[in-house]
Parts: sequence; structure tokens; C-alpha cells
Amino acid sequence: MAGGRDHVRDAGPMDAIAGVPARYVAEPASTQEAAAVLRAAAAQDLAVVVRGAGTRQDWAVPPRRLDLILDTRRLTGVVEHAAGDLIVVVRAGTPMAELQDKLAPAGQQLALDAGGTVGGTVAANASGPRRMLYGTARDLLIGVTVVRADGVVAKAGGKVVKNVAGYDLGKLVTGSYGTLGLIAGCAFRLHPLPAATAVVTRQVDTPDEAGQVVAAVRAGQVVPSALEVNAPPDGPIEVAVLLEGVPAGVAGRVEVTRALLGGAETALPDWWSRYPWGSGDVGVKLTAALSGVPALLAAGRRVGAAVRGSAGTGVLYARAAPEAVGELRAAAHAAGGHAVVLTAPDGLELDRWGPVDGLALMRRVKAQFDPDGRLAPGRFVGGI
Amino acid sequence: MPGDIPALAARLRAALRDAQVLTDRQQLRTYECDGLAHYKVIPALVVFPHTAQECAVVVRECVVAGVPYVARGSGTGLSGGALPHADGVLIVTSQMRRIVDLAPQDERAVVEPGVVNLAVSKAAGPHGYYYAPDPSSQQVCSIGGNVAENSGGAHCLKYGFTTNHVTGAQIVTPDGDLVRLGGRAPDPPGYDLLGAFVGSEGTLGIATEVTLRLVRLPESVRTLLAAFATTDGAGAATSAIIGAGVVPAAVEMMDALAIEAAEAAVHCGYPQGAGAVLIVELDGPAAEVDAQFIQVERFCQENGAFEIRVAADDAERALFWKGRKSAFAAVGRISPDYIVQDGVIPRTALPQVLHRIGELSRERGIRVANVFHAGDGNLHPLVLFDDAVQGQAEQAEQVSTAILELCIEHGGSITGEHGVGMDKARYMPRMFTDADLDTMQLLRCAFDPDGLANPGKVFPTPRLCGEVPGRHKGAHPLQEAGLAEVF
Repeated sequence: MAGGRDHVRDAGPMDAIAGVPARYVAEPASTQEAAAVLRAAAAQDLAVVVRGAGTRQDWAVPPRRLDLILDTRRLTGVVEHAAGDLIVVVRAGTPMAELQDKLAPAGQQLALDAGGTVGGTVAANASGPRRMLYGTARDLLIGVTVVRADGVVAKAGGKVVKNVAGYDLGKLVTGSYGTLGLIAGCAFRLHPLPAATAVVTRQVDTPDEAGQVVAAVRAGQVVPSALEVNAPPDGPIEVAVLLEGVPAGVAGRVEVTRALLGGAETALPDWWSRYPWGSGDVGVKLTAALSGVPALLAAGRRVGAAVRGSAGTGVLYARAAPEAVGELRAAAHAAGGHAVVLTAPDGLELDRWGPVDGLALMRRVKAQFDPDGRLAPGRFVGGI
Repeated sequence: MPGDIPALAARLRAALRDAQVLTDRQQLRTYECDGLAHYKVIPALVVFPHTAQECAVVVRECVVAGVPYVARGSGTGLSGGALPHADGVLIVTSQMRRIVDLAPQDERAVVEPGVVNLAVSKAAGPHGYYYAPDPSSQQVCSIGGNVAENSGGAHCLKYGFTTNHVTGAQIVTPDGDLVRLGGRAPDPPGYDLLGAFVGSEGTLGIATEVTLRLVRLPESVRTLLAAFATTDGAGAATSAIIGAGVVPAAVEMMDALAIEAAEAAVHCGYPQGAGAVLIVELDGPAAEVDAQFIQVERFCQENGAFEIRVAADDAERALFWKGRKSAFAAVGRISPDYIVQDGVIPRTALPQVLHRIGELSRERGIRVANVFHAGDGNLHPLVLFDDAVQGQAEQAEQVSTAILELCIEHGGSITGEHGVGMDKARYMPRMFTDADLDTMQLLRCAFDPDGLANPGKVFPTPRLCGEVPGRHKGAHPLQEAGLAEVF
């Protein structure tokens, strides 16, 4: 077939996944080619990890075993953009930035604040500040094409926004870290690009004060697209509200928000939509019921963590010392949420996931989809 | 002994109270159908658990006895999803109707499955919140049923469906275990089993408690009713609104026959002589809504609206909606029998599809009243017939099927919100390949390998579980060329 051996190669040192070397790299350019790769991998009992841009390959546990990297760099492109229907069908390897560039001339966007590839964003369930208004990948994904561990190609959902025919496998593979199959293509619901945006920010001194102003904005009716908090290990805490809409509407909402927040209109803060950690740090995703957000911020202060994220939805991110993870996890549980270690230095022994409800069912799902345990083995909850 | 109903009834009576188990044939007959009344099956037993634990006990006893079971909420479903099994147990959750916790500070409500949809908004209202999914049956339908069917409603254009508003659930698995999925916080670790469960139509277990997202009441709601000479005009106005980047809370359309029926039933006073009416509702911050409302009015005028009424208050808004929300029942005034269809098309295909439905109607001599969520392309054609007239029921059924085929041809779906249930399982292979359906059923095999949870629904052919695909354990050392051959 076209392409030939140019698109299968020996893995090099740069191809290691979370420090685990691979033997081969395959770069299929179509769903059919990807299916053939996975059939061949099944026949040879190869352990497979899917790689997009590699943006979040340090998330999750290193694979227990790794033979083949299925790289989606050639599995790219918009298949269909029906602007009038506000949907797009896109191949999984397409960079998010490239997709947004394709949609922008029609005044549209995929309302997900995440980088890397489309498939990687869905597989890792990455989200950002505007999840408050638009939801996350699970809410925007309306159809999915998956290649199973045995190479069978299957789709679920479709390309219409409203559809309840059959099981929603899109949600099942969202956040599954490549352990159930290759996400080969996605159909998304789109949103119009806002004509106007504005940011209102306020600095406060304590987690309690941050909680109060966040609650005040939530109790208002300004419908923020994002309500973010940035709490460094010490010093002032910043709360920022993003408003999007028509110019006249945004102008009015800025006034109301300034009053609710006691803040001022500013530029987008430089920390916006960035994780508070760097390479080699321990990065933790903390969740809580909304009323528990101040408690998470307080726990962050106690352990000297930098905490940042969506105070409006109860999803925060923390850079913390490895020994602080236990206390943060306890705080998250007390607040009705979880603490998941997204990234940690290679070789550091940490309970990445904490307790997982429904784990027995999850193991059964994994056993059905990947009975030989060859897809990203060990990367997911409970050693899945 | 498997399937021994009298023995199962005795065990359930011992575990629950006598009055919670129905065995009398006349009483059982009350539960022979759900909202899709032309399918009727009398269940072998009906059980009313009062708690999650009782629900789990019932499922466990069914598993031990090898008896299938079907869960039912208020029984308003329109796809036969809660149609009983003749040799099985119908588990009715309507006695589990406690609002467990109302937590506006968390923007959540925790409810039992029998709680009626509208009751959530009524409870949350005084705190300034509501529950967004609003199926037309919201005054009677249950949250448990909404979860099973992933119910929508007129306002899901902007706010999404049940699945976007459920953050947690306790379920009874088909093994009879109580398991919690999700909670008040978002993004629980692990597979999104909750996302897979919502909309699984009772085939993956039974929800015994549901955590719902509450939405802050909007500062402003503005609604207009625009009358057009034709559905083409109303469709063009809809396209213009969506195309301009406006995301209304709802855009609903009714054609002349649907308007006639609504007038006959509820005297909603829609403009005389309209070939189509459009109800457009905007909600949100007042400044935002006011600016966009002017745009919407202009788009309606530019596309031929001959009358535009703007609701002056909640009472007038309710009147606009009354005609729309009563439309299904209203066609009973103009036709002895009717089929409520539910299909989806890409919104932009609306004019073509409506014309084709008109042709089908003329060719077969079967009237079709059209009601739809125009904003998202979800059609509800009402296919009218008289069962007393020889052959009309078959003709109507054929027209109804042809409409679904049109939806599939245009890249849409066989159901937007009513579910597959018993009614549409046979159409699933027209929308999905064998591999698609096989893959979906891997999930069913993980949850319910014995296939006792609502069997015969959703999938036309059950998958045999426990099959393990042929294993090819490393017989040969891999040659790079061997892998390259696949390209």
C-alpha cells in the first residue's frame, strides 16, 4: 500500500512514553490503516500506546509494557464542517489550534480550552476555564469513531447535536487514556465565536474571601464563561471572570460583575488557561463540590501549593510537593471531590488516582474492550 | 428453578411488604404499556421498592431466579422502553420520590428516581435555581425515566440534555450491587460510566439516586411568536438566527395542521392563516437578551413573518408554549389515531425534508402534522390515521418509517429524545453497522452478561457475552516488515 515502510519505523529514544521505551512507531494516515495496524498488533500481541502531539503523555501512570506507539500525526484533517448546523467532523490527530483556525473564518469554535491534538484532548479529558459555560469534551462530542484493540472499526453517536440512538460510547472513551481503543475521529458540536469579550478581576488575601467573591458572582445572573482563581503558595489570590457575548451585552455585564466582585476590568491574566506546574513538578487535579472550593484553596495554602483553576465548576489544579498529595487528597474528599495526580517525575512512587468508585465495573468494561490488556496497559485507574 | 414466578413473588413478599408486590392479573394489567400505548404486555409481577436497598434486593432476587426485569418511572416514555416482559418483573420506582438534598450552594439537587421532573425546578425555584431539561411531559415524567432515556426538551438547544445535567448517580447494577458513579464534583477518576449509563434505557441497571445540576435562573427571558405563510419562511428565519451566532434557549416550529390541532385542543390563539409558527425564546443577562432579541425580530421580518407577537409577561409566554407543549395530545382532536415520530436531521436539511414529508403525505393520503425543535433539527411528525379505516394503520406506519429513512439519508438519527426502546430497535441496523452495534454491546456485556436488564430493547439482536476474541500470543518474533505490510 501507499506509504509503505516509511510510516513504520523503529522507535528512538525520543519516543519513550513516560520514560518507557517503545520498539516501533506506526503512523497511519486513515482509519483503515489504523485498523490494519491494530489488527497486526493484535496478531503479534503488541502492547500499544496511542500518541497525538505528546502534550499530555506525562499524564497518567507509565505503561506497564510498551511495544508499539500508534502516532496520529498523519491522521489529520477536517472531514466535514457544516457551519449551518454548527458541527464539525475531524480526524483525531488534527491539532486543536489548526481546527480552531479552520473554524474561525465561519465565526465558529470548538469551545474547549486545550492544546495538543483533538484525540489527545478527548482521551485525557483536558479542559480549561471556559468549561463553566460550555462544558467539557463529554458535552461537546456528538459522535466518535473508534478502532478497537482487535482492529474492528466502530462508531457511536453521529453528526447531529440531538441523538439518543444507542449507547454513548463517546463518553466512555472520553478520559479513557487510550485504554479502550484508538479514537480515530470525532464529531463535535460547535459554538459561535463571541463578538465581544471582557475580563473582570479582583485580588483578595485569603481563601475565605476568594470563596465569598466567587459565590457572589455565581449568585449573580451575569452568566460568566469562566470564573477562575489563581492562588500562589502565598500572597494575594486573584479571582477573574470572563464574559463573552454581544458588545452591548458584555458592556452591561462588566458593570454588574464589577459590583459583584468588587473588582476592575483588566486584560486576561498571564496565568490564564495554564497549569500551575512545570516539567518535573508534581501536578494534581483537585475537584470539589462548589461550596468546597474555599477549603481546597485553604488546603493548598497549608501545604504551600500553587493552586489555580475553575472556581466556578470546582476543578482546580495544584503544583505540590510529593508529600503534600495526601493532605490535598483528604481535603478534596472532604469537599466531595477527588485528587488525581496528572503528572509526576519519572520514578516517583505516588498513588496517582486515589479511590475510584465503580472500579469493578470499569475492569469489566476494560476486559470486554481489550481482553488481552494490550492498550496502554497499566496507565489507568486500578492498573487498567 | 429459573423463571419460577410464584416462588419469586413469595421471596419478594418476604423481603419487602406484601403491598409492594402485585400478582393480581387485573392489577398487573394497569402496567401493560408505557406512553407508547399500542404495545401491550402484561408483566408477570410488579414490584414497588421504596428504597435503593429494596431495589437492589429485587434485582438480586431476579438474578437468582433468572427472571428478566424492566424498570419503570412514570411510564410516559414514547418508545416502549418501559414495556414489560411477559415473564418478567416490572420494577416501578414511583414510590422513591424523595428530594434527598437540595444544595443551591453546590448547584446540585440529589433526588430519588421517582421524583417528577418539574418538582425539582419547583423546589429549587425559591433559591433562584432550576433544573434545565424540560421534556413536554415534565409535569408527570420522572427523573429516573429521564436518566434512562437521556430526555431532552425544548430548551436543550442551549442547555443540553439530561446527560449534561447529571453529575452523579447511585445505581443498582444488573448483579444487584449498589454502586455510586460521580457525585457533586465534576470529572471523577476512571471511565465515565455515568455518561454511558445515562440514556442506556434501563439496560445497564437502575438509577436509585441521581445528583442533578441546578442552573441559575436567567435574569431575563423574552419570547416571541412569529407567524409565516410557509414552513420555508420559518425555516429560513431559523437559519438566519443560528447563522448570526445567536443561541436561543429554544426555537420551536409548528406547521398549519399542528396549529389547527393545538387551536382545537387548547385555544392558544395563534395568528389566523399561518402556514407555520415559530416560537423563539432567548434567556440570559438582560443586556445580552435585549440586544439579540432585536436581531431575532429582524430575521423573522426579513424572512416573511406576517405577524410577530412578543410575550408581555409570563402569562402570555405560557400561552405561546401551551399550544406547542400540548401538540402531541392535541392531534387527538383532529384524528382518531396518530403516531408520534421522533427523528433528527441536520437543521439545514429542514426545507428538503419537509417537502419530502409533504410528498409522502400526498402520495399515501395520510396527513402529517409537523412539530419540531427547529433549532436542532429534531422533528416530531405526527402521522394521522383512522384505525377503523381498512389499511390506514399500515399506510401510516409506512409513512412513519419512510420519515425515519429520510432522517438517516440526511445523516441524522432515528431518535433525538424519545429513545430506541422496543419501537425502534429494528431500525438500529439502518443507522449503525454490525460492528458498531457489537461494540456498543460490549458495554452491555460488561454490565449485564446475563441480559436480564430490560431485554429486547435498544438492540435488535443481543450479543452473546463471554466470547473472547481469538488470542494470538506472541508466536513469532516481530519483523518490522511484517508490520509494514499493513500499509
